[in-house]
Amino acid sequence: MSARPDPVFAEPWHAQLFALTVHLNEQGLFAWPDWAARFGATLKRHGLSRELDGGDDYFAAWLETLEALLDEAGAAPGSVVEDLRAAWERAYLMTPHGDPVHLAES
Amino acid sequence: MAHDDPDHPHALLPPDPALRVRALETVLTRKGLIDPAALDAIIDTYQNRVGPKNGAAVVARAWSDPGFRADLLDDATAAVSGMGFHGRQGEHIVAVENTPEVHNMVVCTLCSCYPWPLLGVPPAWYKSDAYRARAVREPRKVLAEFGVTLPEETAVRVWDSTAEVRYLVLPMRPKGTDGLSEEALAALVGRDAMIGTALASAPEGAA
Repeated sequence: MSARPDPVFAEPWHAQLFALTVHLNEQGLFAWPDWAARFGATLKRHGLSRELDGGDDYFAAWLETLEALLDEAGAAPGSVVEDLRAAWERAYLMTPHGDPVHLAES
Repeated sequence: MAHDDPDHPHALLPPDPALRVRALETVLTRKGLIDPAALDAIIDTYQNRVGPKNGAAVVARAWSDPGFRADLLDDATAAVSGMGFHGRQGEHIVAVENTPEVHNMVVCTLCSCYPWPLLGVPPAWYKSDAYRARAVREPRKVLAEFGVTLPEETAVRVWDSTAEVRYLVLPMRPKGTDGLSEEALAALVGRDAMIGTALASAPEGAA
């Protein structure tokens, strides 16, 4: 019991993704049982080709599920999300190391 | 912080999924569908406030207070809500009690449903395909890998969590704990004991 406990989230993006999903559920964007059913289906599909270890691969399946759900719902269309992802990537590459990274206003 | 690291002339590029999460947050924030401050609050809650200590307090009270134990086994959602622990996703919590006859063990074969208000966020092994598949198929073997060997006559019952129902295992109270305070008892109850992949610890000094 004296061992240091594992961090709750192994990566910051795991935590962000978890919080985003919980928040969207609480905002009423989807019901939790629907979320669980969709997520379970993604995990099953991913698990067919290899054994998932419950770490990065688990949250990769989670992200894919949320992206598809928000795309279908029209809340975050895939093309818009991809443009913003690319914009964030550019912002990181353009920002001098140590400065806060901001998205250029579009 | 090395601001002039020649290996990183620009800000360190996060991994692709992190950028995709960022992109989702940006579009949803612009549409007014999410509040970024609420995300921070949720992360803080699960990183710092909610964890197996909550569940351990529930178990310790059940060991100490027969009335509470009866309430917990009857309607765990209401009983733990009385201690200030509430489900966020509208789920019901069901407490299953270990006895010399039955050992309970919890899994979620669908994804990773888990009693968050009592145990926090599940560990990676709970979410792994290996545990999710094998807990149902060969629970005794899985238990042995966790270092738990049960008497032959103890049956193993595996409970499959769902989005609607999450289980909390009420472990057996260890011997030699008469007269211990709830606080001292709670210290004997680890996360895995409440999933059913461990037993409650023996008190210090006990053989």
